[in-house]
Amino acid sequence: MALLSVDELTVTFGGRGRASKAVDGVSFDVDQGQVVGLVGESGCGKSVTSLALMGLLPSKGVELGGRADFDGTNLLTMSQRELRDMRGSQLAMIFQDPLSSLNPVVPIGVQVTEILQRHRGLKGEAARKEAAHLLDRVGIPDPTRRLKEYPHQLSGGMRQRALIAMAVACAPRLLIADEPTTALDVTIQAQILELLKELVDEEGTALLMITHDLGVVAGLCDQVNVLYAGKVVESADRHELFAHPMHPYAHGLLESIPRLDAPRGEPLKPIRGSINDRIAWADGCAFAPRCDYYTMECLTGTPALTEPAAAGHQVRCVNPVREPVEIATLDTPDVTATAHGGTSA
Amino acid sequence: MTAPIETTAASAEAQPEAVLAGAGRSQIEGRSLGQIAWTRFKRDKAAMAGGVVVVCLVLMAALSKPIQAIFDLDPNKLNQDLVDPALQAPKGAWGGMSWDHPLGVDPGFGRDLLARVIEGSWVSLLVAVGATLVSVLIGVILGVMAGYYGGWVDSVVSRLMDTFLAFPLLLFAISLSASVQDGFWGLTGLPLRIAVLIFVIGFFAWPYIGRIVRAQTMSLREREFVEASRSLGARGPFIIFRELMPNLVAPILVYATLLIPTNILFEAALSFLGVGIAPPQASWGGMLTDAADRYESDLQYMFVPGLAIFITVLAFNLLGDGLRDALDPRSK
Repeated sequence: MALLSVDELTVTFGGRGRASKAVDGVSFDVDQGQVVGLVGESGCGKSVTSLALMGLLPSKGVELGGRADFDGTNLLTMSQRELRDMRGSQLAMIFQDPLSSLNPVVPIGVQVTEILQRHRGLKGEAARKEAAHLLDRVGIPDPTRRLKEYPHQLSGGMRQRALIAMAVACAPRLLIADEPTTALDVTIQAQILELLKELVDEEGTALLMITHDLGVVAGLCDQVNVLYAGKVVESADRHELFAHPMHPYAHGLLESIPRLDAPRGEPLKPIRGSINDRIAWADGCAFAPRCDYYTMECLTGTPALTEPAAAGHQVRCVNPVREPVEIATLDTPDVTATAHGGTSA
Repeated sequence: MTAPIETTAASAEAQPEAVLAGAGRSQIEGRSLGQIAWTRFKRDKAAMAGGVVVVCLVLMAALSKPIQAIFDLDPNKLNQDLVDPALQAPKGAWGGMSWDHPLGVDPGFGRDLLARVIEGSWVSLLVAVGATLVSVLIGVILGVMAGYYGGWVDSVVSRLMDTFLAFPLLLFAISLSASVQDGFWGLTGLPLRIAVLIFVIGFFAWPYIGRIVRAQTMSLREREFVEASRSLGARGPFIIFRELMPNLVAPILVYATLLIPTNILFEAALSFLGVGIAPPQASWGGMLTDAADRYESDLQYMFVPGLAIFITVLAFNLLGDGLRDALDPRSK
């Protein structure tokens, strides 16, 4: 059984009448040592999914549905007290902007040792040693000096490393990374991804990677779930997805990556329109208004997740695309490629 | 549970930062926020001057008894021979200034004004600092609770603040100070007057700082680092004391420094109105009352306590402004 098994997770904001479903029946599994990607553009429900799993959504005005079994217990029905003890020790999260995620007036060392004290009961010299060890582990040079410094004295990459050190301080079994590289420049992005990869490989941590960046997906994820308007529209193994994207949305995302080898003057291919939360899945495919392939069939009820081609490659579309996408990074999807393909998708 | 610790040579190699840091390590030394603020503060001449005066005043107030003993000053010694009984004014020019009495003597009893200013300083500062502590304590506790918990707690505290702000403070202070009898709280005489003044001034000034702290807490509560710390298992009290409080120290410190001069003036006003410190104890406000009665015969008397109050208030204000600039991370 998977370490984290999310089944039909729904998150509804707002009261009766004006309710909006940010996450609408999302299911996926994350195994130990596996990297699972949640991909989609802004507003598709990626971050809300991660906050729901961590229990960090406000208790008022939010309704949760479905299940999220972590090691056999449903995270969604856990009390705040139980969740609090899980957070940091079993589950941990890395946020998008490392500067605003660190307390500006507290030295890095204090912020790291506080977690060690909270979950592992380390105090004084032992905690300080362990904190220096952790900073060293995530590749921060001269850790004993850095412990005394404040977040504004570190570079962007160092801050993200410090945040990762805090997240992995108690060897969590599941790490959720919510666009951990968005605020960093591309060379640092590659280093941070390399670090995350190392942690997963060496510690067997499960990693749920939330991103809008297909470069990150290509470099890191084993399994990819593409989200659109709160639903998974395509779910496949990384290689399968990049080779044969079948949902028009995933197809469009891959096509919209600028290519170095494109002929001069060839226009970029964006997906037209933008995400719109007034279009409900109940009336048909929510992507239909932006889709190049839609037919009348698309507007009759929610399309189901099917496996039209390969086993394990699920697509929520009645007219899946069959033609492959030509992308420059297709053959070598690894970390070095992310540095170049790492522009926003 | 084992720690995720194992440094590999590969990880160090992958980071050019590691190589670069080795080179200039000795030159670059981390500075704490306090050190940065102190560097900024030192550059601000006005604030430094204010700070020096404040330190001198505090020393003078704390050591007022020894100073009086060493220089043989007695604030309550009557020198009737120095006062012209017909004019009800000190003999000689400039309010009776002499080497024996550098600031002159008071017109009624011929008491030494320097001694009385020194004696009055500890009363003024004690009342002002005490009252400030009381309002900061109440204001910070209630403000943080209102800001952090929100909901009905916020409603109750906010309405309470409105009520206190709508109170006719001066009238209340006058009637309360006048009606407290000896023996209240087991105190009599001077200690009782000081306690009453601290309570009255401090207890009615807390909503001002309470509002500032509440607003700051509300904006800090929504910051990402609070959510990040929650995502690592932090509990409510931890977030309040270890995440929010360090961010609140600077505004609280600045506001407290600016509240002290206000309270000095308020104490002087109450003493001036005759409900503060009772004679014969010297106090700056009390001296002003005295002087106001005799301005026709001895105008100079008014300037001594007036200048003492003026310098003290100005020094605290300069210090507070300088602290605000130095502690604001946005300023350069």
